[in-house]
Amino acid sequence: MPKKVVKRKRAPKPKPAPEAAITAVPISVKVNGKTHSLTVEPRTLLVELIREKLDLTGTHVGCDTTYCGACTVLMNGAAVKSCTMFAVQADGAELLTVEGLEKDGQLHPIQKAFGDSYGLQCGYCTPGLMLSAFQLLSHNRQPSEKDIRKAIAGNTCRCTGYQNIFKAIQLAAQNVKGV
Amino acid sequence: MSSENNKKNWVGKPLPRKEEDRLLRGRGKFADDIKMREMLYLRFVRSPYAHARIVSIATSDAEAVAGVVCTLTGAEILPQVQPFIEIAPEPGGKIKDYPLAISKVRYQGEPVVAVIAESPGIADDAAELVQVEYEALDAVVDAEEALKDANILHEEAGTNRVWNGVFEYGDVEKAFSEAASVVHIDRLHFHRFSSTPLEANVVIAQWNPKDERIYYWCNNSFPSFAIQFLSAHLNVHIDRIRVETSDIGGSFGIKITSYPQMAVCALASKKAGGRPIKWVETRSEHNTSSAHGNERTFRDTRVALDKDGVITAIASRHIDDCGAYPRYEPLGCVIWSQVVPGVYRFKNTRIDFTQTVTNKCPVGPNRGYSRMQHLWFLERVVDICAHELGIPADEMRLRNYIRPEEFPYTTPNGCVYDSGNYPKMLQVAKGLIGWDEWKKKRAAARKQGRLIGMGIGTTLDSGTNNFGQSQIVNPGAPFSGNSQGANCKLDIYGEVVVAVGSCPQGQGHETTAAQVVADVLNIHPDLITVRTGFDTERNVHTGFSGTYASQFAVSGLSAVHGAAQKLKAEMKRLAAFVLETKEDDIEFGTGAQGPELRAKSTGKSINYWGLANIVNVNSAVLPVEMHDVTLNCRYIWRAPFKVPDKVKKYGNLTLTYASQLHIAVIEIDRDTFIPRILDYVAVDDCGTVINPAIVEGQVYGATAHGIGAALMESCVYDAVGNMLTSTFSDYTPITAVNMPKVKYGHIETPSPHSYSGAKGMGEGGAAPIHTISAALQDALFAEGIIVDDSFNNADSLFRAMVGKEIGQAAKLVTVERRP
Repeated sequence: MPKKVVKRKRAPKPKPAPEAAITAVPISVKVNGKTHSLTVEPRTLLVELIREKLDLTGTHVGCDTTYCGACTVLMNGAAVKSCTMFAVQADGAELLTVEGLEKDGQLHPIQKAFGDSYGLQCGYCTPGLMLSAFQLLSHNRQPSEKDIRKAIAGNTCRCTGYQNIFKAIQLAAQNVKGV
Repeated sequence: MSSENNKKNWVGKPLPRKEEDRLLRGRGKFADDIKMREMLYLRFVRSPYAHARIVSIATSDAEAVAGVVCTLTGAEILPQVQPFIEIAPEPGGKIKDYPLAISKVRYQGEPVVAVIAESPGIADDAAELVQVEYEALDAVVDAEEALKDANILHEEAGTNRVWNGVFEYGDVEKAFSEAASVVHIDRLHFHRFSSTPLEANVVIAQWNPKDERIYYWCNNSFPSFAIQFLSAHLNVHIDRIRVETSDIGGSFGIKITSYPQMAVCALASKKAGGRPIKWVETRSEHNTSSAHGNERTFRDTRVALDKDGVITAIASRHIDDCGAYPRYEPLGCVIWSQVVPGVYRFKNTRIDFTQTVTNKCPVGPNRGYSRMQHLWFLERVVDICAHELGIPADEMRLRNYIRPEEFPYTTPNGCVYDSGNYPKMLQVAKGLIGWDEWKKKRAAARKQGRLIGMGIGTTLDSGTNNFGQSQIVNPGAPFSGNSQGANCKLDIYGEVVVAVGSCPQGQGHETTAAQVVADVLNIHPDLITVRTGFDTERNVHTGFSGTYASQFAVSGLSAVHGAAQKLKAEMKRLAAFVLETKEDDIEFGTGAQGPELRAKSTGKSINYWGLANIVNVNSAVLPVEMHDVTLNCRYIWRAPFKVPDKVKKYGNLTLTYASQLHIAVIEIDRDTFIPRILDYVAVDDCGTVINPAIVEGQVYGATAHGIGAALMESCVYDAVGNMLTSTFSDYTPITAVNMPKVKYGHIETPSPHSYSGAKGMGEGGAAPIHTISAALQDALFAEGIIVDDSFNNADSLFRAMVGKEIGQAAKLVTVERRP
């Protein structure tokens, strides 16, 4: 039997204006070596900029809350979670996404190592993991397994059980020349 | 040239995956990567209550927002659709399931209204302005409470009970009357969790007014099942529904039941004049309202044992909780019976199985589906009985395992275990982990007061279902057997193209299918293009096609193999005609002009381009008697099943039985109660291996899911049905920091039931859940604690060890010893 009546009427909120009417903010970002000058809504997330405005769909969204790292990109050399940053915060920054790893069609040693080590299955987390690995190897060329685990603690993989990812990053560490 | 004399076998090799290149470059095509002209975005307004009556819905404020195209409510779709098919007979079959709530909501997160707008942001904003007035009802979140029917979810069914059946085999009462001892276990509980694929559900739907067809681009992982439900629901001829999938970011079964959202997206597109609708599920939507795994409670278990500790009978009452709507259920009420005795020899059993609805997220077939709950139950029974009888856990298993010489082994309910060698797996696992050394270390540590446990989990991964088991839950169900389709052709310029009806999510089907065809045609796998990802228009699917239930190596590759054999026969016949020789004079190989067929007697050859040219664009040279040669060969593989006996619940329900044996060593910290894995080994047997690297990867992945589920991952609800683990920060999927290093071992007992000797694998039978429970149990017997739940973290261990609230052996287990 019904116990109580709960009314869930909310106080009227100011109606949001259509996208175009919200003050658009001009920003400039350099992504994978190419400079883009464009305008974004203040609320546009960095990952939305990357995926929807720049059509770089290799960067993924997995959890929306900074846990899983599928959206990891490098911003000025540091791995950041692009689902929890606003695009405007990247104004003037230099970004590296998975699409920028290969050079002249040749896989980056990290990409190659992930492939050679069977370090991916569905491939959804892989771009973010490779960029976290990139950050690790840029300052630690001989990472221990513990270093690797720590470096990718913020990257969830639901397919591989991480075992082959550890191997991939160890292999990449041997093969990377200058990250 | 290479010839059949120096033939190279590709099957069995760790061939690098063909899928890798695009995924590594960030060029995979996942559903959310698709953008279309005129695309609209859908956002659901969802119920904040677990159980409530809908008093009123006001959408006008939302609709007034610039950029909102329309909204959709349950009342609006009601006249347009039929309720979804229910697999259950009555009472469960009376449940009416719609993709938007009609007059009541039955779980937190249930979709109530859909808002459709020009951008995702506008849809989000407008959804906030939808006003829904609810009258809250008492929620029931506990399965046993639900069965009391004090609060009924579905009035039309008149009860919360979805299904009930008794599975009785052998002579249970005789076994109990002759038993040397009888162990009673009051209650065991298998918790609710989800494999939570990293990519959530995504649907793009277009109800095209021009051709009155519905087009889907989505990541559903069993589309041939989804279209059967959607066709009946939407009153649309099944041929008018086209489903395409591309790369899928994990499913683990969870994406099988996305058809309700697919329905809403199609109806929204219809209302929006045929514009494509995109819905991208958020993580919290996924965690609260996509699908969870089945939760199960095991009550009043009685185990009969002889004087040597051999189990002779198990009787128990199992209560399965399927959440608010059955959907794929009540198939789980029979699917567990693929493994009635697990890996053990007992012949007598009586399981009274009931499924109930509760005010929680509906369940879906989560990796290890329905069998893992039962296998966990059996492993708990074995460990508890071993302890009570003073038999070591490993010795207890050896006394009870089905013996290697007994395969193929017919279980009490008529399932045929194809092959296996459990004692050997135990031996391999013990060797890898250093069982005897760990025993010494454990003894030394216990002297210091440390809590260290060693546990064994033996499990099965039954693959390639006989859908006839659906008739055991509903004698009127129109399903039986299993089949898969594939097509193998030479395209116009001689390219070898293979199409399959599967939609892989990382299982490497493109690679393994190429390996199989490469061996048939004696060419390099790089020369073979494999089209995976479902597409109804490819015409290679059957009603069972999709990727689920550990079967591709058997059903999918058997279809691929059959299609390749057909193509090979046609190519041989055509080549014999062209080269003016007999068919048995033709050999397959690779020459200077690529892959070719050669007459051994004359040395003359024709390459693939030449053959394809004749059939496709130069056909006047073909005599009439060769007109049936198409070089475009479709093959449907059918599993050799019979319809099971519905009354006796007897018959072969699955074709192959892969097995896993894991051992864990765990320490529970005395101060923090945090369980820590000290050592871990996984041994796998999936028959003949097609690609060892892919198999090993699947084993690691299933191991991570199991360890996560055992120690970290649980779908937690409070007493009124609020979902408390709706984000990853609360649900905490296992990370690289928590995942132990896994020692991997492997044995092969080829299956006599598949053409290649392979067995389906990938689900893994939840071996780590059994194993971790076993190891914790080993550590805690001396503390008077029974590991009665499949989920154990520091909090639950504290509540058992200090609070004495749960898991108290004195309350849970009694033993009757007979003189």
